[in-house]
Amino acid sequence: MANRVQIPGRNSALIAMIADEDTITGFLLAGVGNVDLRRKTNYLIVDSKTTVKQIEDTFKEFTAREDIAIVLISQYVANMIRLLVDSYNKPVPAILEIPSKDHPYDPTHDSVLSRVKYLFSAESVASERR
Amino acid sequence: MSGQSQRLNIVPTVTTLGVVKARLVGATRGHALLKKKSDALTVQFRQILKKIVSTKESMGTIMKSSSFALTEAKYVAGENVKHVVLENVHSASLKVRSRTENVAGVKLPKFEYFTEGETKNDLTGLARGGQQVQACRGAYVKAIEVLVELASLQTSFLTLDDAIKTTNRRVNALENVVKPRLENTISYIKGELDELEREDFFRLKKIQGFKKREIERQLAAAKQFAEEKVVEKVSLQKGISINAAHNLLTTAAKDEDIIF
Repeated sequence: MANRVQIPGRNSALIAMIADEDTITGFLLAGVGNVDLRRKTNYLIVDSKTTVKQIEDTFKEFTAREDIAIVLISQYVANMIRLLVDSYNKPVPAILEIPSKDHPYDPTHDSVLSRVKYLFSAESVASERR
Repeated sequence: MSGQSQRLNIVPTVTTLGVVKARLVGATRGHALLKKKSDALTVQFRQILKKIVSTKESMGTIMKSSSFALTEAKYVAGENVKHVVLENVHSASLKVRSRTENVAGVKLPKFEYFTEGETKNDLTGLARGGQQVQACRGAYVKAIEVLVELASLQTSFLTLDDAIKTTNRRVNALENVVKPRLENTISYIKGELDELEREDFFRLKKIQGFKKREIERQLAAAKQFAEEKVVEKVSLQKGISINAAHNLLTTAAKDEDIIF
């Protein structure tokens, strides 16, 4: 009962990304990108031509993959698939919302923080950053 | 709600009373321990929450500075940087490792990042702006550090949340269902045992009364018998009827004149 969640104690897990081109370029420069033998990448570049369905499918695929531990997703992309992101409640892989160049960070839409806000109805997260 | 304070269906004997009492003691101790665990977990939870909020803020600033560095690099090295970088992706050199930490009895996952292999420094095709590109890369690596820490905080946060909910559920169940049921069972058994004792007592008393009455009746019968015997003797001696003898003996006080 204590360990219902299987947290893989693996030694090398990847960081997946779903973001706009610039952010992805920066992270690829840092060395986070991975292309395996079957030409499957761990990142998805979202531009004006990507459909919501594509983003949803990639998100589902990333969260189902065993070797991905963190999924970085731009906040405006997360807003597009808000339902899927909010209904995801497994601890691994961790979903992290990052700001992008044109969309600065907005804590009111973050899925994790919004869950916290209803936990502490009196002291909201926004009131803490005074 | 049905079954709110029912009792268990068991036979009310002394042994079962002992068993149920032991269970009640166990339930009380378990309840206290679980409450302590829930409090400890809540403390950890709030600490992590504070850290998450501050880390998210710092992440915001770091991402801004790194995208700024990227813009600089793009400006210097030309727009082809993106394509070059995209071409050069092979296997990731930055990966994360996950460990489990034990906090107040709950296994929390923690990520730490490490570099495997060497970073691909062969950005062929980049004629100019190498320094800017390196600076940009450094900025993004720092951003990754912060992001990995944030991710591990987030996962521990979610796991703790889950653990707190289960523990609280157990505490409430013990407090509102299990303990009242056991207490009701104990009072029921005690009541039944008392009633049995009273029954026994009552039966004992009744039997004693019976016996006493039996004895008295026997005594009375024996006395009667003895009297009749004396009456017979008198009537034989005196040659009077039994009745007259009887009257002689019972009615008048013993006359001194009458000599036997």
